[in-house]
Amino acid sequence: MQLGIFTIGDVTTDPTTGKTPTEHERIKATVAMARKAEELGMDVFATGQHHNPPFAAPANPPVLMGAVAAQTEKIQLSTATTLITTTDPVRIAEDYAYAQHLADGRVDLTLGRGNTGPVYPWFGKDIRQGIPLAVENYQLLHKLWREENVNFSGRFRTPLQGFTSTPRPMDDVPPFVWHGSIRSPEIPEQAAFYGDGFFHNNIFWNKEHTERMVAFYRQRYEYYGHGSADQAIVGLGGQTFMAKNSQDAVRQFRPYFDNAPVYGHGPSLESFMEQTPLTVGSPQQVIERTLSFRDYAGDYQRQLFLVDHAGLPLKMVLEQMDMLGEEVFPVLRKEFDSLRPAHVPEAPTHESLVARHAAGKDPIPGGGPDSQAAKDRAAKAEAAANAQQDSSK
Amino acid sequence: MTDRRSIAVVTAGLSEDASTTRLARAIAQAASDVVSRDGAPEPEVRLVNLRDVAHGITDAMLTGMAPAPVQDALDAVLTADALVAATPTYKASYSGLFKAFFDLFDEGALENLPTVVAATGGSPRHSLVLDTALRPLFSYLKALTLPIGVYAATEDWADASLQSRIERSGAALAGMLGVGTPGHDVAGPGHAAGAGSGATEDGASAADGASTEPVGARRNAPPRPDRSVRDEFAAVPNFEDLLAAVRG
Repeated sequence: MQLGIFTIGDVTTDPTTGKTPTEHERIKATVAMARKAEELGMDVFATGQHHNPPFAAPANPPVLMGAVAAQTEKIQLSTATTLITTTDPVRIAEDYAYAQHLADGRVDLTLGRGNTGPVYPWFGKDIRQGIPLAVENYQLLHKLWREENVNFSGRFRTPLQGFTSTPRPMDDVPPFVWHGSIRSPEIPEQAAFYGDGFFHNNIFWNKEHTERMVAFYRQRYEYYGHGSADQAIVGLGGQTFMAKNSQDAVRQFRPYFDNAPVYGHGPSLESFMEQTPLTVGSPQQVIERTLSFRDYAGDYQRQLFLVDHAGLPLKMVLEQMDMLGEEVFPVLRKEFDSLRPAHVPEAPTHESLVARHAAGKDPIPGGGPDSQAAKDRAAKAEAAANAQQDSSK
Repeated sequence: MTDRRSIAVVTAGLSEDASTTRLARAIAQAASDVVSRDGAPEPEVRLVNLRDVAHGITDAMLTGMAPAPVQDALDAVLTADALVAATPTYKASYSGLFKAFFDLFDEGALENLPTVVAATGGSPRHSLVLDTALRPLFSYLKALTLPIGVYAATEDWADASLQSRIERSGAALAGMLGVGTPGHDVAGPGHAAGAGSGATEDGASAADGASTEPVGARRNAPPRPDRSVRDEFAAVPNFEDLLAAVRG
């Protein structure tokens, strides 16, 4: 089980002090969090990608990943998310491969579409084409990391003739890709098609919704022949705030919750905790709630927490990270690992992907010959051929 | 098993005995009276008083998640056979609360739902609010908005003609439930045909799941529209089709 944190880099006024960090402070705080995560032995640090205020997340996450890679040795660097719709897939291929080399393989990424409408036209795109953009751009990214001399022509970018993306991925093994989506089933379908991972942010909506998205992904993963449904690679987000005793946690977090972007000035903290996976309470409560995610998502591979939003000052964020790293994660890791059956894989790492590649077991997009998908394709082709034969008689 | 129909009554009236709620209930009652007069089971009237869920409606708007009482209100409408939607007139239109509630429905969720629109106001000069505000809203939602709506100004409550307008709109709504269509002899062909099939009523029809509702009602009933909430997972395109769609 990989356990870690993710940040979206929001620059938000601390409602208890009225202080708003400068962008410089926010950016440095983000690097401090990444270092702290490494110190605490967390497995993953993931950053968002943003192009608009009030965010000071990198417009190109490999810039931050490179800086963090230079200051850490073990922690896996990821994104939450990389905008596959408005970022040129050629630049994603090049920049993340470069970061992967800098970090000695400790890089993966989570693709998202981005739901901020105005961002699309800034990059010459149209939000109404969000799904087709995600489909075409990832198809190209997948190819660029696996083939040299790529020829490509699509609807959304300049065609490529004999193009080679550089640097080539480290050890010829591209960074692992998670596909993230809150509500569009086309995205778990895409993740399943390629045999990639699926990540659900698991923050803003009720668990029943997350459950359906994950179940759909698992079922399609099996359909495309990459393994059984319970072997699919699932990541979840989550949101916590802790204090030694739960009343203190609620009291300290309430002003941040009440004024938070997205859900602030809406439901009460109590009803939001009931409706979504948000857990504000003691470390023990966070442990119990997080273990319960397994009841609806199955045995999964990655759990990331959002700990630094809504104007929480760095000092409090680092305290929260201490509690996660020292009290919560060791128990979660032990529990999740002991519950997970032997045939369910752990989250991919560069080492495991290198081994998989060497064994010739890379997933085949759309499914290998033994997959149900391949059988359905063959049956469809045969039916079409028969139909043609009949009509030519 | 009796196929009892249901009428959802959505009211944005604010006071305890709001005239808007009174008007909406009266229309549902008029429809109900016509249905039961014709021998069909009295429809279930589900009152959705938006004041009671006003905070939840705001929360749902902010978070995209409906708290349970709001979801119950949405379901009451989604699973009803007919709708009476009533609002006070605020600033020449429906109230913000009324609109906020209907903003929560998915596209097309009210498709073909027989609907009577109703409004109250302090002055008869707002009577076109039904046509300038409510009808466009329910057109967008693809509801089957009936031609007769009811607008009641303060002074109308002292006028007997209000009750007759209420009864006309109620009868029209009852017609959409399968009985009491104005000008249609419900006791005629329906009941005549009913004599034959009625013989099977006690055993066979119940066993095979057929309705034992008076045949007159069933005969005139429009096919029950399918307004199940859209299921995003029902028709996810196969990824190869998604790929084919972007092929340059």
